Amino acid sequence: MAAAACGSGTGGDTTASAQPSADASSAPAAGALKVGLAFDIGGRGDKSFNDAAYTGLEKAKTELGAEIKELSPASDGSNRGELLRQLADAGYNPIIGVGFAYGEDIKKTAEEYPEIQFAVVDSASNAANVTGLLFAEEQGSYLAGVAAATKAESGHVGFVGGVENDLIKKFEAGFAAGVKSVKADAKIDVKYLTPDGDFSGFKAPEKGKVAAEKMYQDGAEIVYHASGDSGLGVFQAAAAAKKKAIGVDSDQRQTIKETELQSVVMTSMLKRVDVGVFEFIKAFQGGAKGGSNVIYDLKVDGVGLATTGGEIDDIKDKLDEAKKGIVDGTITVPAKP
Amino acid sequence: MPAGLYRALLTVAGAVAAIVLAIIISSVAIIAAGASPGAAFAAFFNYGETERSVVNGITSMLNRSVPLFIAGLAVAVGFRMNLFNIGVEGQYRIAAICAAYVGSTFTAPAPIQIAVIIVVAAAVGGLYALIPAIMKVTRGVNEVISTIMLNYIAISLTAFLVRGPFTGERGEGLLTTSTPEMPQSAWFPNLNWIFEVFGLPAPRGGGLWGFLIVAILLGVGLWVLLERTRFGFEVKASGLNPSAAVASGVNAKKMVIAAMVLSGAIAGLIGLPEILGDKHAFGSNFTPGLGFLGIAVALLGRNKPVGIAVAALLFGFLDQAQGPLQFANVPPSVIMIMQGTIVLLVVIANEITRRLALRREERRAAQELGRNTPVEVAA
Repeated sequence: MAAAACGSGTGGDTTASAQPSADASSAPAAGALKVGLAFDIGGRGDKSFNDAAYTGLEKAKTELGAEIKELSPASDGSNRGELLRQLADAGYNPIIGVGFAYGEDIKKTAEEYPEIQFAVVDSASNAANVTGLLFAEEQGSYLAGVAAATKAESGHVGFVGGVENDLIKKFEAGFAAGVKSVKADAKIDVKYLTPDGDFSGFKAPEKGKVAAEKMYQDGAEIVYHASGDSGLGVFQAAAAAKKKAIGVDSDQRQTIKETELQSVVMTSMLKRVDVGVFEFIKAFQGGAKGGSNVIYDLKVDGVGLATTGGEIDDIKDKLDEAKKGIVDGTITVPAKP
Repeated sequence: MPAGLYRALLTVAGAVAAIVLAIIISSVAIIAAGASPGAAFAAFFNYGETERSVVNGITSMLNRSVPLFIAGLAVAVGFRMNLFNIGVEGQYRIAAICAAYVGSTFTAPAPIQIAVIIVVAAAVGGLYALIPAIMKVTRGVNEVISTIMLNYIAISLTAFLVRGPFTGERGEGLLTTSTPEMPQSAWFPNLNWIFEVFGLPAPRGGGLWGFLIVAILLGVGLWVLLERTRFGFEVKASGLNPSAAVASGVNAKKMVIAAMVLSGAIAGLIGLPEILGDKHAFGSNFTPGLGFLGIAVALLGRNKPVGIAVAALLFGFLDQAQGPLQFANVPPSVIMIMQGTIVLLVVIANEITRRLALRREERRAAQELGRNTPVEVAA
C-alpha cells in the first residue's frame, strides 16, 4: 500500500488505499535512506501526536533500514524553518514536518530545496515536492459519537475541543453526526478552550477540567476531547464525577501516566500519524513524488477506535456497521459542524 | 591605574568569570542528561560543512539577535528610570499586528510604505504603554502589575484580531491564520549582498534581515539621547535619586510618561524585523515571548546599548545551536539552562564588581585625604 500519488499535479487528493503498491525493486539501497523529522512545539514525549509520528519514524528505521534524525523546535517555535533547512543541508531526504504549523515553513523550504521531498502532517500539499498527510478525523469521531450515544443512557454527551480551528471542528462535526445517528434527540455540550490562533488550548489541562466538570454537572455522561494535553483535565473531571471520557490521537488508556485515570477512558479515537509517516517514507523509497495529499481514512484504518479495556466490545456490531457504512459510502460524514 | 580603566577591566573580568561558571554549571546539567559536554560545546560552533550552511547559521544567529536587541533597548529605557516595563511583550504584539495590517491595506513606493509601517508600529506600542503610564501618574498604580495585566489583554486581543477583523485569505488546506500578505513594496530589502561581497553564497530563507541597519541606528540614537541630552540626564537622575531629581526641577510625572511611551514605542518595533524581512504578515506562527527575553537581555547588557548588543548576540548565538545540539544528541533545553545561569551570574558579578570598585574608590579617597592633597574624583 503506497501512499503518495506519482506525478499528479499540486492539489490532487488521493486516498491511501487507492494507490498501487510501489515497486520495491526500484528502491534505492536501504543504507542511503536518511529521514529527517521535525516535531511541533511539545516535541517528543507528549504521549500523543508527536510521539505517534516518532513511532512511524522508528518503524522506518527498523523495517526499512533508514537513518533517522528528529529535531524539536525552540519553545517559541521561532526556528521551524531553520530546523528544516539544517536537516536539508545535512543531507536528509525525505523530511517530514509534524503539525499544521509547518504548513508555511515547509512551502518556503521546499521551494529552496526542489531536489528534496517533504511531507507535512495535518496540512495540505502546497508545493510540487510536498506531500500533505491528512486524516479523516471526522470519520473516526463519528464512530466515537456512535459509541458515546449508545453507552450514554440519557443521551447527553459532551465535546471539548482544544482550539476552535477547522481541524478540531472536524472532530466535533464527526462526533455530533455519530451521536445523532444513534439518538436523533441527543444533547451535545460543546466547548472550545481557546479561540483560533491561540494554541494554548492544547496544553491547558486546568481549562479542560473546568469545561468537562461543567458538562458532567449538567448531566453529560460521556465527554469526548480533542484537546491534546488538556485532555488530562477532562479525564480528571470524569474521574471526579465517576463518569466516562473518550481519548484522542493515541490509545490514551494505555499512554496516560496517571494509572488511576486509565479506567475512565472508555475508548480513544485513534489517529494513526505513525501509519502516515511510515507509509510516506515507504512510498518515497518506492520513488513516489509529492505535490498531492494523502488522506488516511477508515478504509485504510488511518483512523479508528481503540478497544483497550474492552468497554466497547459489547457494541462492536453497531460500530462495525457504522464503519462499513462510511467505507462503502452509504454514510457521509460532515467535516464541518 | 585610572579608576575608569580599573572599572572597565573589573566589568569584563566579571562577565568572563560569569560565563566560565555558567559553562561549568551547564556541563553538570549536560552530564546529568546523559550527553557529553565536549560534544555539546562543539555543537555551538558547528555551523555545518558547506559554505551555505555556515552562512545560514550566521544569518539565523543575527536574525535572532536583532529583535532581542530592540527588546533589550525597550526594557532598558524603563529600567534606567527604575520603571519596570514588563509590558513590552504585549506592546510589541499589538503593535506588530496593527503595523502588519496597515501595511497590507495600501501600496506606496517602498521607502514611504516601510516608513509608514514603522511609524504605525512605534505609535501603537507607545500608545499602549501610555495606559500604564497614565495609571501610574494619576492613580499611583504600580506599573509592574498594570503592564502584566495589559499583556494578557494584548495577547488575547491580537489572537482575536488575527482571526477576526484583520484576517487575510487562508491558503488552501492550511490551518494557520494570518493577516493579509503585504505588497512587495513593504518587504524590507535583505542584506545578502554582504555575503556576496565576501564571495559566499546567499543564505536561504528570508536572508539576512535588512532591519539590522534600523536596529543599529536605533541603538546609536538611543545612546545619544540617553547619554548626551538633557532628557537623558533627567531620565538617569530620576532613576538614581527621584527626590533629588524632583528637587532640582525635574517634572517626575512628565518623565514617567515620556520614558514609558519611549519604551513602548521601541517595543513596537520588535516584531518588524520578522514581519518586514521574512513573513510579510502577522500570523499564528509569529514569534512570541521576545518581550520577556528582552528583560534578560537588558539586565545582561547593564541597560547600555553596547552591552545590550553584546547580550543579544550572545542569546542569538546560543539560540541558533538548537538544531546542531540535537544533531549531537544533546537535549536543546541545555540552551535555556545556559541562558538562565549566565543572566543570574552576570547580575551577581555586576553587583560584586560594583562594590569592589566602590570600595577601591573610597580607600583611595581616604588616602588622598590623609595626605591633605586635593582629591581628584574620577568616578
